[in-house]
Amino acid sequence: MSVPAKRRLDYELIESLIPARARVLDLGCGDGRLLAELAGHKSCECRGIEIDEQAVLACIRRGVAVYHGDMLEGMDFYRDGAFDAVILSQTLQQTSDPVRVIEEMLRVGETAIISFPNFGRWRVRLQLLLEGRMPRTKLLPYAWHDTPNVHLCTVADFRELCERQGLERVREIFLVPPSRQIGALGANWRAGLAIFQVRRR
Amino acid sequence: MATDEKVEIAPDSQPGGARSVGLVEPKTWTFDDPLALDCGRSLSPVTQAYETYGELNPQRDNAILIFHALSGDAHVAGYHAPDDPKPGWWDCLVGPGKPFDTSKYFIVCANVVGGCKGSTGPASADPQTGKPYGLDFPMVTIGDMVKAQKHLIDHLGIERLLAVTGGSMGGMMALDWAVRYPDATASALAIATSARLNAQGIAFNEVGRQAIMADPNWHKGDYYDRSVPQAGLSIARMVGHITYLSEEQMRAKFGRRLQDRESFGYDFETEFQVESYLQHQGNKFVQRFDANSYLYITKAIDYFDLTNGHRSLVEAFEGVRAEFLVVSFSSDWLYPTVESKEIVRALQANGVPTTFLEIPNAYGHDAFLLPSESLSEAVSGFLASVQRCVREGEGCRSELRQPSSKEVTL
Repeated sequence: MSVPAKRRLDYELIESLIPARARVLDLGCGDGRLLAELAGHKSCECRGIEIDEQAVLACIRRGVAVYHGDMLEGMDFYRDGAFDAVILSQTLQQTSDPVRVIEEMLRVGETAIISFPNFGRWRVRLQLLLEGRMPRTKLLPYAWHDTPNVHLCTVADFRELCERQGLERVREIFLVPPSRQIGALGANWRAGLAIFQVRRR
Repeated sequence: MATDEKVEIAPDSQPGGARSVGLVEPKTWTFDDPLALDCGRSLSPVTQAYETYGELNPQRDNAILIFHALSGDAHVAGYHAPDDPKPGWWDCLVGPGKPFDTSKYFIVCANVVGGCKGSTGPASADPQTGKPYGLDFPMVTIGDMVKAQKHLIDHLGIERLLAVTGGSMGGMMALDWAVRYPDATASALAIATSARLNAQGIAFNEVGRQAIMADPNWHKGDYYDRSVPQAGLSIARMVGHITYLSEEQMRAKFGRRLQDRESFGYDFETEFQVESYLQHQGNKFVQRFDANSYLYITKAIDYFDLTNGHRSLVEAFEGVRAEFLVVSFSSDWLYPTVESKEIVRALQANGVPTTFLEIPNAYGHDAFLLPSESLSEAVSGFLASVQRCVREGEGCRSELRQPSSKEVTL
C-alpha cells in the first residue's frame, strides 16, 4: 500500500510547527525524508515508525532511527511524554482505529500534528452528487475497491472529534492542491488537505 | 548455525575475486592474567584465535568486532588456502564493497573461549595436568566470552569500536558488549537474537547435550586419547539443524521425497531426503567440532539472560550508549521476532536510538547466514550513518531526553 506522493509544502508547514531541538516521532514516516530534514535543519531528535520494508531500508540509509511495524505497536514501546511532537502525515484515514491512534499519539507526545485529505472538499462532494461515483482526486487516487483509506473524514468531522475527545486545536492549516495555502474561511468546502495541531486540554 | 548450506559463491567472491578479502591468515594471542569467570573460577592462560580484515585507520575509529554463533569460528571471510571449497561463514557480508566493507572498516572476529577452533576450550591442555581439560574446564558464560574478547580488542589498541555485531549467539554477545562496555562501541547490530533464550531453545540444546552424554564414547568428557562421541555429537547437530530451518523451507526443500529410491523399504534404512540431509550434516559436523565444546557453548547460551542482576530488561539497558540496529527474520522460530521486539522495546524505553527491521523470508534462523539484499542494505546503510556520526558528529541520533527535561515547549 502506498501513500500518495507527499508534497513539499505540507512538509514545510509541518516542519514550521516544530521548534528546534524538539523530540519528534513520525508515524508512517515513509523514506524518512521529513525526519532527516528535521534532524538536519532543526537538530531535532527523531524517531520513525514505518510498516513498509523498502521504506524502512531508505530510512536506515538516511540515518533515521525507525521501527519496522504497526504504529500502535511501535508507539506502545515509548514512555509517556517521550516526544514533544508526534506526526501523522496523510495516514489517519488509513488506520483501523483513528481515535486510539490519536489517544496514543497524545500519550507519547505533548502535541499531535495530523494531516489528512478533506473529504468535504467541493470537488469530492460534486463527484458523488453529480456522477454518483466514489470520488477520486489527486489526494484520493484510489478506486473504491483497492483504497487503503478506510476512515476518511472532513474538516468538520475532525473538529467535532476534537471536541468529543477534549482536544485543543492549537493550529489549523489548510491547503489546496497542488500547493497553495488558504485561510480557514470555508475550509471544509475548499481545502484539499488539512493539517491540525492538537493537544490535550 | 548451518554453515554447510549450499550457497552459490558469486564469481567476485571466489578466491582472487574483487569482492573477496582473498587469502587470510588465522592469528592467535594469549594472555596470562587470570580471566575471572561468572562461575567463580578463573581461567589462565587464555588463548584466542582471531582473524582481521581491512586496515585499522590512524584514528582507530573504524574497527568492527564480529561475534560468531554456536558452531562458528574466527574465519568470517575469505579463504585459508586457494583451493578451499568455500569461504568464511559470513563472506556474503564481509569483503571489499560488501556491507562490512573491508576497504572502509577494520574487521575483527575471534573464536569464543570454550570453543574448539583455536581458542582455549575443553580440548586445550590444562596447565595443571598437561592433559586436555575435558570436564575440568570451567563453565564459561556469554559474558566471560565477551570479557576475553575485550582483552583482545585492548591488545589491538582499539579504545572504542565502530560496531559490535553478530547473529544468534553472536547477537547475544553484541548485546552483552553494549551493556558491559557502554563506552567501547558506537553501535551494536543484533541480528536474529534474543536477550534470553526461551524455553524451547533451552529444550533443544538439552536434547543435543543429552545425546552427546548418552554416547558411551563420551566417557564423562574424557575421550581425547580414544574414540570421540561421534554418534552423540552428530545427533546433537541433527537436532540443531531442525531448529535452524523453517517448516516451509523443509517442505520446499525435501517434502516427503525419498532419497535414491522409488518406494519404501519397510526397514530402518535412511529413506526420506530429509533424513539423509540431517545425517549428512551430522556426519560432517563431527569432523570439525569437539563434543565437549558443544556442551559448554550450548550451556553458555542457555545461561544467557541480560536481565540477570537487574529488575527488568529496561533496567539492564539503562547505561547503554551505543545506537542499535535490531534485525529479525519472519520465519525464525528459534529466535523469533517477538524476542527482537522485546529488545527494541527495552531500548526505546531508555530513549536509545534504535532501528528495528523484520525481514520477511522463509529460511528460518539460518537466514542470518545467507545472502539477503535487505540485510545487506540495512547493515551498509546503518554502518555508514554511524560512521558519519562518529566522524563528523553529523546526523547523530542522540538519546531521547527524559520527559522531565522540558527544554522545548510547543
